[in-house]
Amino acid sequence: MAAPILRWVGPGKRWALAWVDSSSSHRRVSPNGSASHRMREQRSVAQQSLHTAPKPRKGGHKWAAVVGLEVHAQISSNSKLFSGSQVSFAAPPNSLVSFFDASLPGTLPVLNRRCVEAAVMTGLALNCHINKKSLFDRKHYFYADLPAGYQITQQRLPIAVRGSLTYGVFVGNKRSHMATKTVRIKQIQLEQDSGKSLHDDLRSQTLIDLNRAGVGLLEMVLEPDLSCGEEAATVVRELQLILQALGTSKANMAEGQLRVDANISVHQPGEPLGIRTEVKNLNSIRFLARAIDHEIQRQISELESGGVILNETRSFDHRLGCTVPMRDKEGKQDYRFMPEPNLPPLVLYDTASLPVGVEPQQVINIDQIRDTLPELPRVTRERLVREYGMLPEHSFTLLNEVGLLQFFQSVMKETRAEPKKVTSWVLNVLLGYLKQHNLAVNESPITPSALAGLLDLLDSKAISSSAAKEVFEELWKGKAKTAAQIVSEKQLELMQDQEALEQLCQATMEGHPQVVTDMKTGNPKAINKLIGLVRKATLNRADPAVIKNILERLSA
Amino acid sequence: MLGRTLREVSVALKQGQITPTELCRKCLSVIQKTKFLNAYITVSYEVALKQAEESEKRYKKGQSLGELDGIPVAVKDNFSTAGIETTCASNMLKGYIPPFNATVVQKLLDQGAVLMGKTNLDEFAMGSGSTDGAFGPVKNPWSYSKQYREQRRLRSPGERRGADEDWLIAGGSSGGSAAAVAAATCFAALGSDTGGSTRNPAAHCGLVGFKPSYGLVSRYGLIPLVNSMDVPGILTRCVDDAATVLGVLAGHDPKDSTTVQDPVKPFVLPSLTDVSKLCVGIPKEYLVPELSSEVRSLWSKAAGLFESAGAKVIDVSLPHTSYSIVCYHVLCTSEVASNMARFDGLEYGHRCDINESTEAMYAATRREGFNDVVRGRILSGNFFLLKENYENYFIKAQKVRRLIANDFVNVFNSGVDVVLTPTTLSEAVPFLEFIKEDNRTRSAQDDIFTQAANMAGVPAVSVPAGLSPQGLPIGLQFIAPAFGDQKLLTVAKWFEKQIQFPVTQLQELTEDCPSGFENDNSASVFLKQC
Repeated sequence: MAAPILRWVGPGKRWALAWVDSSSSHRRVSPNGSASHRMREQRSVAQQSLHTAPKPRKGGHKWAAVVGLEVHAQISSNSKLFSGSQVSFAAPPNSLVSFFDASLPGTLPVLNRRCVEAAVMTGLALNCHINKKSLFDRKHYFYADLPAGYQITQQRLPIAVRGSLTYGVFVGNKRSHMATKTVRIKQIQLEQDSGKSLHDDLRSQTLIDLNRAGVGLLEMVLEPDLSCGEEAATVVRELQLILQALGTSKANMAEGQLRVDANISVHQPGEPLGIRTEVKNLNSIRFLARAIDHEIQRQISELESGGVILNETRSFDHRLGCTVPMRDKEGKQDYRFMPEPNLPPLVLYDTASLPVGVEPQQVINIDQIRDTLPELPRVTRERLVREYGMLPEHSFTLLNEVGLLQFFQSVMKETRAEPKKVTSWVLNVLLGYLKQHNLAVNESPITPSALAGLLDLLDSKAISSSAAKEVFEELWKGKAKTAAQIVSEKQLELMQDQEALEQLCQATMEGHPQVVTDMKTGNPKAINKLIGLVRKATLNRADPAVIKNILERLSA
Repeated sequence: MLGRTLREVSVALKQGQITPTELCRKCLSVIQKTKFLNAYITVSYEVALKQAEESEKRYKKGQSLGELDGIPVAVKDNFSTAGIETTCASNMLKGYIPPFNATVVQKLLDQGAVLMGKTNLDEFAMGSGSTDGAFGPVKNPWSYSKQYREQRRLRSPGERRGADEDWLIAGGSSGGSAAAVAAATCFAALGSDTGGSTRNPAAHCGLVGFKPSYGLVSRYGLIPLVNSMDVPGILTRCVDDAATVLGVLAGHDPKDSTTVQDPVKPFVLPSLTDVSKLCVGIPKEYLVPELSSEVRSLWSKAAGLFESAGAKVIDVSLPHTSYSIVCYHVLCTSEVASNMARFDGLEYGHRCDINESTEAMYAATRREGFNDVVRGRILSGNFFLLKENYENYFIKAQKVRRLIANDFVNVFNSGVDVVLTPTTLSEAVPFLEFIKEDNRTRSAQDDIFTQAANMAGVPAVSVPAGLSPQGLPIGLQFIAPAFGDQKLLTVAKWFEKQIQFPVTQLQELTEDCPSGFENDNSASVFLKQC
């Protein structure tokens, strides 16, 4: 930006401020807003999939909760949806702002091909119908971080509609059984992100950062097919995994790349649906689940004590652990939607409809994108279970931890060890260490190759499993040594010399005649004591099973 | 020299009869002397002289960039110009200096054109008289022409009113651009045309005013009025000049997704000698009671001209014409409401001193920054866009727009090559008479012949057709099918040649106005036909 036109942003003070993200792109959805109408239209169909909400009050009736989600995912792209500015998180304020992003008069939107491809790809992955023609609209509202006074979105004809997302939930008393459920996806639309407002209450100033203004978003509207916080959390997690597998969004909630609003109502089965509230500011999956469950309980308590539910927007206060009404000064909001006149309809093709003689880079071919779809998380999990005989819950854990699956697969490639062994070491030992040290998988001091080497030694019975743990700890310290080097340095390899072992056993028995006597009289603890003594003499380098054999043979 | 056409002066530059710097200085001097016309909001003296010097160097090296190299041009002040204030004649944008050039401005500069300055308009191009801007009204140079003065003296010999009291409006909203070309301060000017804003002042100022097909010329950098109808317009002294400028401006712009992808060839107009294969349509709906007898007679004379030259002249019907004004009102105000939303005082432009709350700041900023006309249109537009009104107004207006566009398609599909209509109801009226009606009424009346072309996206050009008995220019409009711009201008050129629009004598400026062309021969401007 040539001229310092964003006057409210003073350099120097920007980091001193706590920023308040008031930015979900439709932050003031009101009874009139499109979102609420969407929800209302869908209520009748939603009833069939209702679940009973937890904990009905004593003497009270059963309540059913209806939860719908609206998810905004920032598209992973080099540049913004309609301008050439770079997209990057945590860049200095207003350093990624084009003339268009700052809404300089006379600038025009130019659609980013990558964002369209990301939307198509996401739509396909979510089993959507891709509209070959979609339209852009302007949604108007005044807000300091919305420079044009409107957001370009797809209200009338979005790029993808009528999809579904399958997710797994644990059921049963011990939550041991997995059940598969489906949530319907109403639509996916492309739209612009807004900027950020930074409120400095001390100086009663608001600073505007437009770095995020105009970044491409996928708004995914889910039908109200959910019934509780946990379901919602599972769905969002699954969606996150899908977006990450596709590479269409980094979907990191903490960085605001994935934002979720929940529409919640309760009613009694057989009765019409209740008044809904919208809960915003859900910036982690954990808070999402807690906020929804809290809001369900709040509505039930309110109704049971004779109160009414207001159609309002609430936000989740994670410190108080409850939802509170958001102040909505403007009241009723009419977005005055209008077609965006500067963008012609977005036309997509499939191989059958591709015009002849057209340059491939000038058009988007849906079939071509379908062919490049990567393996989706659900399929990956099924494959893990099938190929490695893994328990379904293990496949979930492998996918849920970022990078863990890749780690597992790298180990598998390099080791001769059994998949079950590898799974156990990765999920129990490695993951345990990582959690204990609060590290991400890609920060692990142990590389997949190092672990593979260790597991090979274990597999060939060159070391005992207790020695393996010791080697693991050494590897964790990260001194750039291989497992084999550590084993030989610390002389941890199992004694393979049968004769030497027999001599050690003989010597031990001779040294502890009382224990031998006990053993012979059938005291089961005695042999274990002898095994321990022999192992100690071998510096833990002998296989206890082998020692036991020798001891039994010698005492027979 | 100054009264010549762009092509003529281009030849003069090439032949060394005059250097770009001399030409630029002469034009700057005329700008100075015609300041009272209020044609310019900003005169870019330094920039112009620097560009002229650059041009001169190129000419000396024999490396001229083409026909526009060294040619003084003016640009309506709603096109963004890098480093030069761009106001839209609004307090809202006073002091706003865009950091980029509109594509059309850049294309002119890339061809070596010399930018004299930014011309006056109605605020945000909302108007038809160039009387409603923050910098005052534009005066029509013809108010000071010999022809008009003589007619006035003949008609009312007793009256001794000076031009200062009864000067004429220039038309609008590109009145500044029209006055700038008509007063010989430059050889071509950019206007914008949303409902007739280029053709209307061209007609009033005796110029060629061309609105290209929607999508042929980039709108990037043009501060929008109605995005779906705005087209950069061209004001020149003859049709060939308009074609030359169009050749430079036309073509796909990656920054404007609504421009056509097809490659554009240079627009060279053949000299039509035989019009016997031409079919000219005369739309009966354009014969309205308000049409002045002078315009009507020139219109029918023009039709006769074609007919006598062997062209087929037929009556055609554009049945939805009468709905055009009301339909335009809904669509225009709706887009205005949307486009003006960005002027909130935050990122650029005017900001009020009130800072109690963001909302209070918005309200005061917009109240102070926009005039009544703009605020009125924003209000109406937001009303039409309300959820409860959208279907009844906006959607209906869009449907009517489609019908109006189809009217043209049907006429052109029936074998008609061009449609011939008046451009305006009458010749330019005196300012004092013009302001008796409000902006909305005026716009509604003045746009009736020109607006439909914007609705349909088809090209249209106003060509001087003669002088009224009062000695004032009257323009007629040709309309062609979308992207039939070359054909349109070819027909317009034939017509122009038949008409032999009279020499315009502006030396009256020196006599009537103290700030006029005193003692400067170059200011005795004789506009010749091409």
